[in-house]
Amino acid sequence: MNAIFVMLLGLAAMFLGYVFYSKFIAEKIYKLDPNFKTPAHEFEDGVDFVPTNKYVLWGHHFTSVAGAAPIIGPAIAVIWGWVPAFLWVIFGTIFFAGVHDAGAIWASNRNKAKSMGNLTGDVVSKRAQTLFMIVIFLVLLMVNAVFATAISGLLVKFPSSVIPVWGAIFVALIIGQIIFRKWMGLGAISVLGVVALYLLIWAGPSAPLALPETIGGLTDNATWVLILFGYAAIASLLPVWMLLQPRDYINGLQLFIGLILLYAAVLLLGPDMTAPAFNTNLPEDTPSMLPLLFVTIACGAISGFHGLVASGTTSKQLDKETDLRFVGYFGAIGEGSLSLATIIAACAGFATLADWEAVYSSFGQGGVAAFVEGGANIISQGVGLDNEIAETLLTVMAVLFAGTTMDTGLRLQRYIFQEWGNIYNISWMQKALPATLLAVISCVALAFGAGSDGSGGLAIWPLFGTTNQLLAGLTLMVITVMLVRLGRPMYVTLLPLIFLLIMTVFALFIQLKGFYMQENWFLFGLDIVVLVAAVWIALEATSALSNLKKEQKS
Amino acid sequence: MRNMNIKSIQQWFSRAGELVNEFYNAPYRSAIARAKRDEDDLFMMLVFSEMMGVPNPASYYTLELQPLMLERFHDWHQRMGMEHSPLDHFRCC
Repeated sequence: MNAIFVMLLGLAAMFLGYVFYSKFIAEKIYKLDPNFKTPAHEFEDGVDFVPTNKYVLWGHHFTSVAGAAPIIGPAIAVIWGWVPAFLWVIFGTIFFAGVHDAGAIWASNRNKAKSMGNLTGDVVSKRAQTLFMIVIFLVLLMVNAVFATAISGLLVKFPSSVIPVWGAIFVALIIGQIIFRKWMGLGAISVLGVVALYLLIWAGPSAPLALPETIGGLTDNATWVLILFGYAAIASLLPVWMLLQPRDYINGLQLFIGLILLYAAVLLLGPDMTAPAFNTNLPEDTPSMLPLLFVTIACGAISGFHGLVASGTTSKQLDKETDLRFVGYFGAIGEGSLSLATIIAACAGFATLADWEAVYSSFGQGGVAAFVEGGANIISQGVGLDNEIAETLLTVMAVLFAGTTMDTGLRLQRYIFQEWGNIYNISWMQKALPATLLAVISCVALAFGAGSDGSGGLAIWPLFGTTNQLLAGLTLMVITVMLVRLGRPMYVTLLPLIFLLIMTVFALFIQLKGFYMQENWFLFGLDIVVLVAAVWIALEATSALSNLKKEQKS
Repeated sequence: MRNMNIKSIQQWFSRAGELVNEFYNAPYRSAIARAKRDEDDLFMMLVFSEMMGVPNPASYYTLELQPLMLERFHDWHQRMGMEHSPLDHFRCC
């Protein structure tokens, strides 16, 4: 089938979802009120609570939720063929992610812009709040390990990207200084920054940089993982304006440029989907598609991480309540379109089926590298860019996303450790440096504990997806309870919640068996922790809803 | 006609500039404002350190700053969890 058709079909379906389904949700379920005084107005302080233009708010909601995850997940999941991945991304975006993201903003907006964790405590129960904190910690722990592994894999596979990737950090540092000292306007500096980044990308292939295969007994992959964590630790200790803010900004611009370039190239080239629609020739180690598909693609279909962004920062800046339909639901669609682009790149970017099968030779193979290779083929043939430059471009895009997430993730984890230091009166743990070290040590332990060469990250990808889905389940539970209290229909959030819980528990059992067979006791233990959390969430949800039913009857 | 066009283009550019600025600043507004507030709080401590029994070699100069800090003083002691001014010789509310 032609990729143009797949692309148009997907985009049209998501657009129709926005036009019709989100209208239904906004008007009939959440009953958005343009006259409701949003927290941004009620508590306006110029710091956290600032009414913000809805397009700006959408831009930064979208760029904060879109990272490397909507690329990695679908790129792994197309191993079952492109149709299942395509259907889950499209239907997931329309019926799960959009409702979830907009709902998280709505719930927070109606409760003084409280964060989802606090809301769980208020709306459901204190026990559920504790559970929420545990799940957040697990997600952060895994996301850093996973992304470090994914980046190191890319840096080893595409040595031409090493110089642009690290060069981009210096570009960001310089931009940060120029803006901070007000030497230049933002418009001019954006153009200069993007030009500098693309010059680096253009120069990358002529100066590839590869580490020696082993350094002191460590493989090159493992060395990169260590370097990355060293870098992320330093970056997370710097003031945000110095590196994180300018890098985020450049990444945001890069995201839009990359998406447009990829879609334009598909339109110009019109490649065929060479990957099978349903893969009947699965590599031996591939787990069953049901339920693993639904946890392998988390971001891009539904992701609990979005609820954190939606309730943490977005809800504090909402100008009018009706804006949340665009910000939340269309933000989810932006993310879905990134995943759609990934599916097309990984499935239409290879000349023959044999080439594709060589890349997807076992589960967890392919992945981002397939997105980069396939996407580069499409861009080089469609727009006429040199293949190696296109490869470098896409690698840099994926790595920068993952790098920013690592930096933020490590920062958040440090805050958690510092808070624990506060709660339990451990004075040294309240300081930034020791808390960062603790965060780094726990992430490195996870990255290496699961696989001795630092490849553990990708082995835990499905487990990361599962935990992320649990977080989404918790958010859906909060929204459902709120809807029931208001006497409105609850099925739009309850059905996705039930579906998610069944799939995650099912997936956890299957993975548990897998880890047992591999005798990977580290991941086996982690799986059990997540499983306990999942069952607990199911019980909490049942008890909360049955209590409500009793209350309403009496 | 041409004048009108240039004007509208200029307007369009300045509007785009505003939006880009918002896009750059909005995500980090709170983190930066909080960091600034922390530094201001430290400065407040320095200015009033002598009154709290901490010797300050620059107190001759910081004394002059006290009236200038008055406006922020109320916010500061409330933020620090003290309902009224903690200083005997410096009443607030």
